[in-house]
Amino acid sequence: MPPLWMYLVVAAALFSIGTFGVLARRNGIAVLMSVELMLNAVNINLVAFWRFTAPMEVNGFAFAAFVFVIAAAEAAVGLAIIISIYRTRRSVIPEEADALRG
Amino acid sequence: MEFEFNVVTVAFFVFSFITLAGGYAVVTAKNLFRGTIWLMMSLFGVSGLYLTLSAPFLAAVQILVYIGAIAILFTFAVMLTRSLTNLRDLYVRPQINLVGAVLLFVLIVVGVILPLFAANPQPPVSDEVIRTVDLGVALASGNGFVIPFEVASLLLTAAMIGAIVIARDTDDLV
Repeated sequence: MPPLWMYLVVAAALFSIGTFGVLARRNGIAVLMSVELMLNAVNINLVAFWRFTAPMEVNGFAFAAFVFVIAAAEAAVGLAIIISIYRTRRSVIPEEADALRG
Repeated sequence: MEFEFNVVTVAFFVFSFITLAGGYAVVTAKNLFRGTIWLMMSLFGVSGLYLTLSAPFLAAVQILVYIGAIAILFTFAVMLTRSLTNLRDLYVRPQINLVGAVLLFVLIVVGVILPLFAANPQPPVSDEVIRTVDLGVALASGNGFVIPFEVASLLLTAAMIGAIVIARDTDDLV
């Protein structure tokens, strides 16, 4: 079994890739997909720490399961918002949704 | 830092490569429909990583929920919006954001992971792991996670109703 730090490095790399996507992608759907990548990186960390430090405790396991729930809710609401914005503005680019800008 | 070369290690490297290559392809894909396919590949790699961490239930849930539901939802969102025709201007300020992401990765690896987890000798990993039954018991028992479990189901219901209300065409209301 590979050591803990290898899992952490992979999760950090996935998180950084997701961060780049969230910051740099212009399309709102691509931004949401990058958020999913970041959530997955966090989940790898949770499961890896659970396996390596407390494999007989249920806590890390349950936390990872709850992250699934949050990710599902976030994807559903986020995509609904993007479709709603697309319907009114004919665009999925977050920078163009500036109706609330002061 | 002892390192044994066995099937789990090989699987770890294969699934890590699948995960990271898929993630890279997601953030660089011009065609967003292909981006969703790459997203599925990356999520599949994460599922394999759960298997190497002896969490088969989470791996199954990962494939069911992420690939079966969330990635399909993204596919529908790509097809419902005009994300495939406007392929120019992929990025906003790509250089500075790339530098920021690379700096973040270096900061996490050099600042946190290597000094805290790779330098010190780690305690041996036990072969004993809880069973999936224990997760089910913990989710339903009073001194376990029953309150967060119920709140999560409430959150899912609220998210579902909210998504329907937000995405519904306003003309339907008349």
